[in-house]
Amino acid sequence: MKRLSKTLNIQSSPHLHSQARVDKMMLHVVLALLPTVGFAIYAFGWAALFVLVSAILSCLLTEHLLCQFSKQTTTVSDGSAVVTGLIYGLTLPPGLALWMVVLGGMIAIGLGKFIFGGLGCNPFNPALVGRAFLQATFPLAMTSWITAFHADRFTTLPASTLAFPFTTPNYDQLSGATPLAAYKFDHVATDTMDLAFGLTTGSVGESCAVLILLGGIYLIWRKMMNWRIPAGIFLAVLLLSGLFHWLDPVRYPSPIFMLFSGGLMLGAMFMATDMVSAPITAWGCFVYGLFIGILVVVIRLWAGMPEGVMYAILLGNAVAPYIDRLIQPRAYGKP
Amino acid sequence: MWKNGFNVVRNLIEWRSWFGNDSQALLADQSAHGGLHRHQPKTFAHGLVLADCKAATASLPIRQFPFAPVMSIPLRQHIGKAALPVVQPGQEVNRGQLLAKPDGFLSVAMHAPVSGIVKKIDWMPTIQGNMEQGIYLQTYPAATQEVIEGVPCLPTAPVKQMLEAMQNAGIVGLGGAAFPSHVKLTIPEGKFVDTLLINGVECEPYLTTDHRVMLEQSADIILGIRYLLRITGAQQAIIAIEANKLDAVETLQNALPDDMSIRVQVVAVKYPQGAEKILIKTLFKREIPAGKHAIDVHVLGVNVATTAEIGRLLPHGRGIQERVITISGPAVKRPGNYRIAIGTPVRFALEQVGVADDLAEVFLGGPMMGQAVSHLDIPITKGVSGIIALTTADAHPDQKIYPCIHCGGCVSVCPMFLNPSQLGLLAKQQNYARMVTEFNLLECFECGACDYVCPSHIPLLQYIRVAKQSVKKQRRNASSREATE
Repeated sequence: MKRLSKTLNIQSSPHLHSQARVDKMMLHVVLALLPTVGFAIYAFGWAALFVLVSAILSCLLTEHLLCQFSKQTTTVSDGSAVVTGLIYGLTLPPGLALWMVVLGGMIAIGLGKFIFGGLGCNPFNPALVGRAFLQATFPLAMTSWITAFHADRFTTLPASTLAFPFTTPNYDQLSGATPLAAYKFDHVATDTMDLAFGLTTGSVGESCAVLILLGGIYLIWRKMMNWRIPAGIFLAVLLLSGLFHWLDPVRYPSPIFMLFSGGLMLGAMFMATDMVSAPITAWGCFVYGLFIGILVVVIRLWAGMPEGVMYAILLGNAVAPYIDRLIQPRAYGKP
Repeated sequence: MWKNGFNVVRNLIEWRSWFGNDSQALLADQSAHGGLHRHQPKTFAHGLVLADCKAATASLPIRQFPFAPVMSIPLRQHIGKAALPVVQPGQEVNRGQLLAKPDGFLSVAMHAPVSGIVKKIDWMPTIQGNMEQGIYLQTYPAATQEVIEGVPCLPTAPVKQMLEAMQNAGIVGLGGAAFPSHVKLTIPEGKFVDTLLINGVECEPYLTTDHRVMLEQSADIILGIRYLLRITGAQQAIIAIEANKLDAVETLQNALPDDMSIRVQVVAVKYPQGAEKILIKTLFKREIPAGKHAIDVHVLGVNVATTAEIGRLLPHGRGIQERVITISGPAVKRPGNYRIAIGTPVRFALEQVGVADDLAEVFLGGPMMGQAVSHLDIPITKGVSGIIALTTADAHPDQKIYPCIHCGGCVSVCPMFLNPSQLGLLAKQQNYARMVTEFNLLECFECGACDYVCPSHIPLLQYIRVAKQSVKKQRRNASSREATE
C-alpha cells in the first residue's frame, strides 16, 4: 500500500463555518432597498437617480482615495460604502444640487467613518453624519422639495440639480411642504393611504412606506436585521403619540400619521438598524429602539423643526455604547 | 400577574428569530409553561442548528478494525499523572495485559491493545503538539489476539472496590475530556447525587459512535448504569438522546429493566446540547453556579460510551484497550464506525479506509471542538471519538477577516450567554483582566458556536482560547510564587 503522506492544514477549532459573510450581508441590504429605489426614481424621475448615483459614487471614491492616501488596501469591496452611499442618497431631497450631494458623501465617509478606523468602528451612522452636515450647512437647500410625479420628470432635470459648485441653486419645480411640515406649521393632515404608498413629497427614499417595510421584513427574514430595533421605535412612537393624540386630537397628529410620514419608516428600518452603531444584545436593541422612538415624537411635536428622525437616531447612536455597558446578557451560572 | 406579563415580554424580546432555528425552542418553552406540546423534545436558549452530516455512518454497524504493525501507546492519555510502565523493552505481552499501572489517585492504568512485543519506551508525538513518554508495541501478525481477562468486579461489590476496578481498567470519560472516571465518581464528603445523567446526545456533526453503541450495546449500557447507580447512590438515571437518534431511543426503551428507575429523555437537535452544563439546564432547569461542578446541583453526568465500557469490561476484569471511533468526512472513501485499538496511528487508520487525493485537513473529535492533526503518526488515544478528514474544497484556511460589525450573531448563539464580540475585541488588546472580571471569560467552554456564525470570520474562539491560557498561566505562576514565599 502506498504510504499516506500529505501536507495538512492546521486550524484551530471549529473546523466548520457558516456561509455568512460581511460583503454578502451588505449586498442583501442593497437588494432590500431596491424596491424603494425603483419607486423613488418613478416618483421623482432622473433627479432622484442622479442624486442616488452621485451619492454612491462619492462615498465609494472617498473611501478608495482615503485608503490609498493612508497606504491601506482598499476596503471598497466590503460593500459597506455602497450601503452608506445608498442610504445617504435616500435621505436627501430629490432636487438637491449634485455638488452638495458629493460634498456630503465625502463628509459621510471621511468624518463619519474613516477617521474612526473604517468599517466597524464608526460610533454614528455615517450616512446620517453626511446628511446632518448638509442640514447644518445648507438648511434652505435641504428643505426645498420638488414635486413628486411632475410631468417632466423623465425629460428634464430640475435646474437646482445641476447648479454650479459653490453657487446657490435656483428652484423651478418647488412643491409645497412635506406632510410633516404641513401638519406642524399649517395643521393640514395628509391622507394615510397617500402616506403609506408614497404619493406625497419628501426625500428621495422616504415616500413609499410600504416598500420600505417590505424591504425591512426581507432582511429580518434573512436574519440580517435585528427586528427589536424597529419594533421598539414603532412601539414608542405609537404609544407616545397615541397618548398625546388622545389628550388633544386637534393639536397632535394621529399615531398612524406619525408612523407613516417623513423618514420614520426608512430611519427605523435601515438607519437605526445599522449594526455598527447599534447595541449588540437583544434587550439593548429594544431599549435603543424605544429611546429613538421617544426622541422622534419629542422632536416632532415640540421642537422647532418638523422632522426629527435623523437627530433621534444620531442621539441613539451616541447612547448605544452606554446601553451596551448597562445591558449585558446574564452569563450562565452567574447571579 | 405582573411577573407573568414581564415573562411574556421577556420571552418575546429574547426570542432570537422569528423563523426557522428557534421554533423548537419556543415550543419547548410552551411545554414547560402550559403543557401544550408535551411531546416536543426539551431544548435550551441560544445555540445553533447545524447540518448533522451523520447519514454517511449512522446506519453502519461497528466493525473491528485491523491492527497496525506498530502501536504507540502514550502513558498519559487522560487528565492527570502519566501511568507507570510495568513492562520492559523486549518483553512479550498479550492483548489486554497490563502495560502500565496508575501513578497515584489522579491516574489510570494502560493495557496492551494487541499481542506483541514491547519494542521500546520512548517519546512520541501527541495531538497537543508536545512529546509524551509512551510504549511502542510491535504486533505479532499471527497471534490469535485473544483478550486476557482479569479479576471480575460485579455490580454487587462494595463501592470502593468498584472504583478501584475502574481505575485499574483504565476507564476515562470517552466523550473527549478523558477525565478519570473513578475520580469523577468519588463523591466528596457532604455532597450527594440525586440524578445520574447518561449523556447520549452526541451533538457534534459527523460523529455516530455513541449512536451505534446505544443501538448495539444496550445491555452493556444498562449494566453500566447498575454500577453507576450503586456508586453514586442516585435514585434515578436519565439517558438523554437527541431527536435525530429515535431508533436508539426505542432500542434503549425496550432494554430498560423493571427493577431500576431509568428514563430515556429526548432532547432537541441543537449544538452544543451535549455539553454537560447545557444538558443539565435543558433537562432540570438547573444552572451550575460559576466555578462549581455538576455535583453541586446533585447531578452526575457520564458519557453513554463510557457507561457501555463500564458494563462491558468490569464484569470480566478487563481494561480499555480499544474504543469505537467514527471515521468520516468528505475526504474519506469508506466512512464507518470502527472498534479501533488504542495506539493505532492516524496514518494507518486513514490508509485502511482510503482518503481522497486532495486531502487537506484531518482532525480528531468532532468538527466543532476537535483538534487538528499536525502529524499523521499521532496515535489514537482513549479520548478520541472520531477522525474526520476534509478535502481542499471543504477546508478554507485563508478566509478574509473583516472587522467586527457588531451584528450580534455571536451573542445570540453563545450557550453560556457571554459576549464573544466584546471578548474578541478585548483579546486583541490583550486586556485579559477585563475579559475575566467583566465579561466572564473563564465561563467559556470553547464550543465554537460564535466562531461558526461570525460573518466577519474573526477567529473568536482562538482569541478566547489564547486569553484563557494566558490567564490560567498567570494564576498558576502567582500561586506558585505564593507557595515559595
